[in-house]
Amino acid sequence: MLVLALWQLLGQYGAISSRTLPTPLRVAEAGIALAYSGELFQYIWSSSRRALLGFLIGGGIGFGLGLLSGLSRSAFRLLDSSVQMVRNVPHLALIPLVILWFGIGETAKIFLVVLGVFFPIYLNTLHGIRSIDPGLLEMARVYKLRGFSLYREVILPGAMASVLVGVRYALGLMWLTLIVSETISANSGIGYMAMNAREFMRLDIVVLAILLYAVLGKLSDTAARLLEQRLLAWNPNYSTPESGEGKAA
Amino acid sequence: MSVRIGERKQAGRARIGGEAAGAEEAKQQGGPESGGWQGNRRDPRRENDVQTASKKYGSRDEYDESRRLLSRGKRLVISGASKKFGGKEVLKGIELEIPAGQFVAVVGRSGCGKSTLLRLIAGLDEPSSGSLSLDGSAISGIGESTRMLFQDARLLPWKRAADNVRIGMRRGSREDAVDALALVGLRGRADEWPGVLSGGQRQRVALARALAGQPGLLLLDEPLGALDALTRIEMQRLIERLWEEQGFTAVLVTHDVSEAVALADRVILVEDGVISLDVEIRLARPRERDSAFAHYEKLILDRILGGEEGSERLRATGYSI
Repeated sequence: MLVLALWQLLGQYGAISSRTLPTPLRVAEAGIALAYSGELFQYIWSSSRRALLGFLIGGGIGFGLGLLSGLSRSAFRLLDSSVQMVRNVPHLALIPLVILWFGIGETAKIFLVVLGVFFPIYLNTLHGIRSIDPGLLEMARVYKLRGFSLYREVILPGAMASVLVGVRYALGLMWLTLIVSETISANSGIGYMAMNAREFMRLDIVVLAILLYAVLGKLSDTAARLLEQRLLAWNPNYSTPESGEGKAA
Repeated sequence: MSVRIGERKQAGRARIGGEAAGAEEAKQQGGPESGGWQGNRRDPRRENDVQTASKKYGSRDEYDESRRLLSRGKRLVISGASKKFGGKEVLKGIELEIPAGQFVAVVGRSGCGKSTLLRLIAGLDEPSSGSLSLDGSAISGIGESTRMLFQDARLLPWKRAADNVRIGMRRGSREDAVDALALVGLRGRADEWPGVLSGGQRQRVALARALAGQPGLLLLDEPLGALDALTRIEMQRLIERLWEEQGFTAVLVTHDVSEAVALADRVILVEDGVISLDVEIRLARPRERDSAFAHYEKLILDRILGGEEGSERLRATGYSI
């Protein structure tokens, strides 16, 4: 709040040129204008849709393959070294190739997000399964937990903390990838809005786009944290102070 | 069977004092229960106390026999079981027969193979040679009625106490699980996460989980090793009580000789992969730590320490090995 007020005052009295940074009021005005015309929500929607679709596909594949490598030695040998090799290529470096493959349509952007999200989720799922206490697995053997019930009772919850770290990291990468791919080639979305505004020197809209990304990133991070609190309530390191369960002992 | 012979030898050793001397001693002291510390001081004659103690509870055999017939415990027979890890032979042809419902403690130095023996009985490992059988059928894989209690409780941290107990039941409602927890005195903590329970409480939840499946054979792998002294005594009493009520066969691996004497019908010493001592503890339950108790403790400890160095100094430092 203080920062906002300072920003507004400095802008209003000319300390910061409006060519460098528009005042917050101008940004808000631009936002309201765009909201009235309906463009704003359309852009937010098309960006979020790409992000979520890419996240679900990439996360799903990453989780599935991570699970497979974690549970089966031969799958691990088959998959892991190739995944590790591809992982070291920055996925944004593939943009020219992706444009050639898919053009500048939706597929290209979703593909890039999928690529960005896949690796952190794959790695963390694998790591989560690897780090399950072998004592618990032995206990599960004694109690005859096998197949799906072993997976549901022991492996999945055991790996969950690590998987969620992967999810949080992947969410960050998801927005990053989307921003880059939208500013390079798009005909809708927040990135497109920002690039378009740049053409017309509408700095207020550019700043609005940056703020929108910040808000969306924060929202997805909050969602991930809520998920952690729900799924990892048993873990004293994650449980909320309000619930008080972690503090009893 | 070689082990049986060994046991007879040991029993004989305990009676070296002879009948007459034993009776005399009993008259002078007014029985071995008259005073624990006094008995403890009479080192040279301690063996006589044991003699009279076992006489006094002569009817125990009959009591034991009827108990075993009624129990759901399993009879365990191990014949010529060996286990090799790499080139090293950890167990060398173990011969052992445990009647249904008996409580057996296995003691020995660390690395002597006692935990390996327990894992063979559990079916967690296969013997390199030899065989093990439970109620006549060979052990391969984990038995349907075998349950194990580990040193670390091994509760699933993401399940509440009652849900952890439910893992031990083939089918059973939450109420059944809470009842099982009540058995170990934890009814009120059914909804707690394992992370907030103390070490002793966690171990009690693990015990409830193991007993919820009505086991015929309960294996205990140093379950009290990580607990403090008071909690340990509580747990020992709890285990003894539940064993008496439920009549399963129990095999306890421990490094604590006094724990072994306090709980077991029979103590087995494993040294270098072979059974070097097999002694029956003929004391009434619940066991008092009196002179007879101390005698058994000394007998086993002397044997463990005897092989190595001058045992006198070592014995003075304590009874835990």
